[in-house]
Amino acid sequence: MREFLLIDWVLTTALVWLLIGLIGVVFQHNFTLISRVLFPLGAAFGLVLAVLALNGIDGSPQVLVLPIGLPDLPFHLRLDALSSFFLFLLGATAAGISIYAAGYIRKGEGTAPGLQCLLYHLFLTSMAFVMLADDGYAFMVAWETMALSSFFLVTSEHRHAEIRRAGYLYLLVAHVGAVGILLSFGVMAGSAGDYTFDAMRDFSTVGIWPTIAFLLALFGFGAKAGLLPLHVWLPEAHPAAPSPVSAMMSGVMLKTAIYGLLRVSFDLLHAQLWWWGALLLLLGLASAIFGAIFSTVQTDMKRLLAYSSIENIGLIFVGFGLTLIFKSFAMPQLAALALVATLYHCLNHAFFKSLLFLCTGSVLHATRERNLGKLGGLIHRMPWVTWLALVGVLASAGLPPLNGFVSEWLLLQSFLFTSGLPQGYLNMLLPLVAGAIALIAALAGFAMVKFFGVVFLGQPREEKLSQAHDAGRLERIGLLWLGIGCLLLGLLPNVVITLLDPVTRLLVGSGLSFAASSHGWWLLAPISEDRASYSPAIFLGSIVVLMPLVYWVVNRSFRRRLKRVPPWDCGFPLQTSRMQDTAEGFGQPIRRIFSPFFKRTREHPSPFDTQPRYRSLVEDPFWYWLYLPIARIVGYGTRIIAFLQQGRIAIYLLYSFVTLLCLLVWTRG
Amino acid sequence: MNFYALFAQLLELVIALIMAPILNGWVNQCRAWLQNRSAPPLLQTYYTLSKLFHKDVLLAHNASSLFRAAPYLIFSCMALASAIVPTLSTELIFSPAADAIALVGLFALARVFIALAGMDVGTSFGSLGSRREMLIGFLAEPALLMVFFTVSLIAQSTSLATIVETLAHRDFVIYPSLAFAGVAFTMVSLAENARVPIDNPTTHLELTMVHEAMILEYSGRHLALIEWAASLKLFAYSCLGIALFFPFGIPSAADPAALAVAAAILVVKLALGGFVMALIETLSAKMRIFRVPEFLGTAFLLAVLAMLVHLLLETGQ
Repeated sequence: MREFLLIDWVLTTALVWLLIGLIGVVFQHNFTLISRVLFPLGAAFGLVLAVLALNGIDGSPQVLVLPIGLPDLPFHLRLDALSSFFLFLLGATAAGISIYAAGYIRKGEGTAPGLQCLLYHLFLTSMAFVMLADDGYAFMVAWETMALSSFFLVTSEHRHAEIRRAGYLYLLVAHVGAVGILLSFGVMAGSAGDYTFDAMRDFSTVGIWPTIAFLLALFGFGAKAGLLPLHVWLPEAHPAAPSPVSAMMSGVMLKTAIYGLLRVSFDLLHAQLWWWGALLLLLGLASAIFGAIFSTVQTDMKRLLAYSSIENIGLIFVGFGLTLIFKSFAMPQLAALALVATLYHCLNHAFFKSLLFLCTGSVLHATRERNLGKLGGLIHRMPWVTWLALVGVLASAGLPPLNGFVSEWLLLQSFLFTSGLPQGYLNMLLPLVAGAIALIAALAGFAMVKFFGVVFLGQPREEKLSQAHDAGRLERIGLLWLGIGCLLLGLLPNVVITLLDPVTRLLVGSGLSFAASSHGWWLLAPISEDRASYSPAIFLGSIVVLMPLVYWVVNRSFRRRLKRVPPWDCGFPLQTSRMQDTAEGFGQPIRRIFSPFFKRTREHPSPFDTQPRYRSLVEDPFWYWLYLPIARIVGYGTRIIAFLQQGRIAIYLLYSFVTLLCLLVWTRG
Repeated sequence: MNFYALFAQLLELVIALIMAPILNGWVNQCRAWLQNRSAPPLLQTYYTLSKLFHKDVLLAHNASSLFRAAPYLIFSCMALASAIVPTLSTELIFSPAADAIALVGLFALARVFIALAGMDVGTSFGSLGSRREMLIGFLAEPALLMVFFTVSLIAQSTSLATIVETLAHRDFVIYPSLAFAGVAFTMVSLAENARVPIDNPTTHLELTMVHEAMILEYSGRHLALIEWAASLKLFAYSCLGIALFFPFGIPSAADPAALAVAAAILVVKLALGGFVMALIETLSAKMRIFRVPEFLGTAFLLAVLAMLVHLLLETGQ
């Protein structure tokens, strides 16, 4: 009997999740057990997984062969720095989301709680297995389990036709993508037919084949991550799913695709070509700009966040592409900087986007409303949710001293110090990308001000909002966990960079920990202090000291009173809450500036209408440019093939006869 | 970190707090002279601030705690920003804490909070102003960052102290890229400080307001803090322009004699800069809000051009 290694502990944790799910479905009528025991227990094991994975990051790789699956095809599992980092992301985020879900699930909302408990924990287990898998077979099994369990979670409210449609779209894109991944594994395994990752590492494909494998993997994982133009499922599926599930999908599941592509491009393939990186960078940049512009014009709060996820995934791919470029030109130090920015942003996005999705969940429960145009003024009714949403909003807008800023700062730094690449054009174009990233960050700020301002500030736009209630105790714990995570990730960048060191050493052969640790925990200086430095602790510290100081001085020296009066608004007498800016109004400048990007339909009222209506619909142009033409071609093709189906037995007998004849001729000849 | 660095830092902060309203008054005075009006006193901004501080605060019924906290936060952000920009010395204790990118982040933080405060009471003009402010912000921020990137590429550093040292103590070489970047920076500062081609600080017509529309609901000490923060922002931007494009005379050591000389030089430069700003404001007319994207788009393109000029002509040979 061998000793119990870290990987065994990780595996046990993943299986405990599965067990929790099974208990939930067995005792599915015991709602108290499910919501008060099982989900919090799942959260606790999320924490356990995070702690275990933290230990795994700087440990040596461990392998395990599980004798399950088909007779000749056992599951190979492996725990190395890369998978540990992503398992940490999964565990830490799941801890917050699960405890929130414990307070969030209700009886009579969509799928029964017992079944939801099973699907949710199966989803968690399958994601853990995706990150542990060490052969193509186990990976695909876990990948498909993940896709299917999340599909059933998305279609939890399956009685609505549009939710079924969203789920179908999600399933379709997920499976088209899975085909790409499967083919990529096939190319990398070569003719030997051994699907373990070890065999793929040893087998060095030559010529065009590594590129084909990379492009197939990019297609497959890009579909899961929501990279342009395979992003269309995201804004459909995220609003359809219950909020903890949207949080899990956006925060963690999108990152499994990043994990997969990192695994394929750095670990399984040996030599990287620079134009792979350039391709990734371009696709990422296009996604980020597209997502940022579209998130500013949305009127549904979860769609807004979904487009913002596309933007963030785009930024992650930009960093990824830059890493590939540096790696291919053998510049390990810069590659490490870009990779740290990429992975850091993965972690940050997992925290702040889950936080924001969970906040929309609380708003949804309190008001039954997803439409931004019917919300408003919730800061008075839901202070907990509001202030924690503010943390998420600031992080998502990339503002110091929160976490979103640190990764964007690192990304910009890695673009600014690109000089010295052997490719002249790249040398010149890469610093310009930094300008595009600045534009994206500023647009994200616009979208986030719109989101927060319209939902939480101002006056309530509907009567019923005065009945809104704040999040429950368990929900608050979940939100608080993620909010504190955003703050800590922002304040302690050096701790995170030191943590990431083994990962960057594994993937690009260099790390930043020396530069990070040489200045103390409070000063982030990735290259040297002269070149660039940033200290979030001093930043926050000065504001925290200055604000009360100013307050004290001002209120001490001028003791003036504070009177509550009706709002002034330049003295205009008649003011109703309907006169506030709506979500459409707030997005109007962007619609106007970027009008070529949008597919817009507008209905104007005519002067003779008894009930004038104004409608403006902004749609994704990719539907019209790409998806509908493809759907039309597929439909046309099926109509041609359907000609074979004549519905008379004689015809089918004729087909068999003709086939037989052809085969006979072919074997004879 | 030594004693002089701490001293220089505190001195810089105090000078910023004191000088900012005076700079504002100086620009107004110059503008009045250029427009053949009799000018308000140089210390007019102080009188206004003092009047506001001595008034009661009238707060709308549904104003939230975010609305009340925002003035203090915005003021702190701007004070911190003017402490980060090297004006008297490049040896400051705050200089490693934030580089040029973090400074832009700090301005963005203040902008987001003032925009949220504008939406808080839920009046039509407040949210109109917030929307326009965010529009100007998202157009101006990339242009400003591109200007910073260009000078960072010249100095091989994004740290403001290093940039100023490199630019101030170099041999006298004319960088064509800096000329483009300087024009772009001027355009951005006009937009960011709500000056004339974009916004009118003295407007009384609600529909054309941007900055003023957001702060319509503020009164008393809250309004005073916001006005002071606005003048601090103008001061910080002016000092930033000086530090990036006319850094001659900013010492690298922080002994009292050098600081005194630097302070004198700073006052002269600020007076000149304020006059130029008043001149620009007098010579141009306010543009419609949807001409702003063109104006700031031009600024962005100029900044891109600056970077390209730097990469094409000034490196590598």
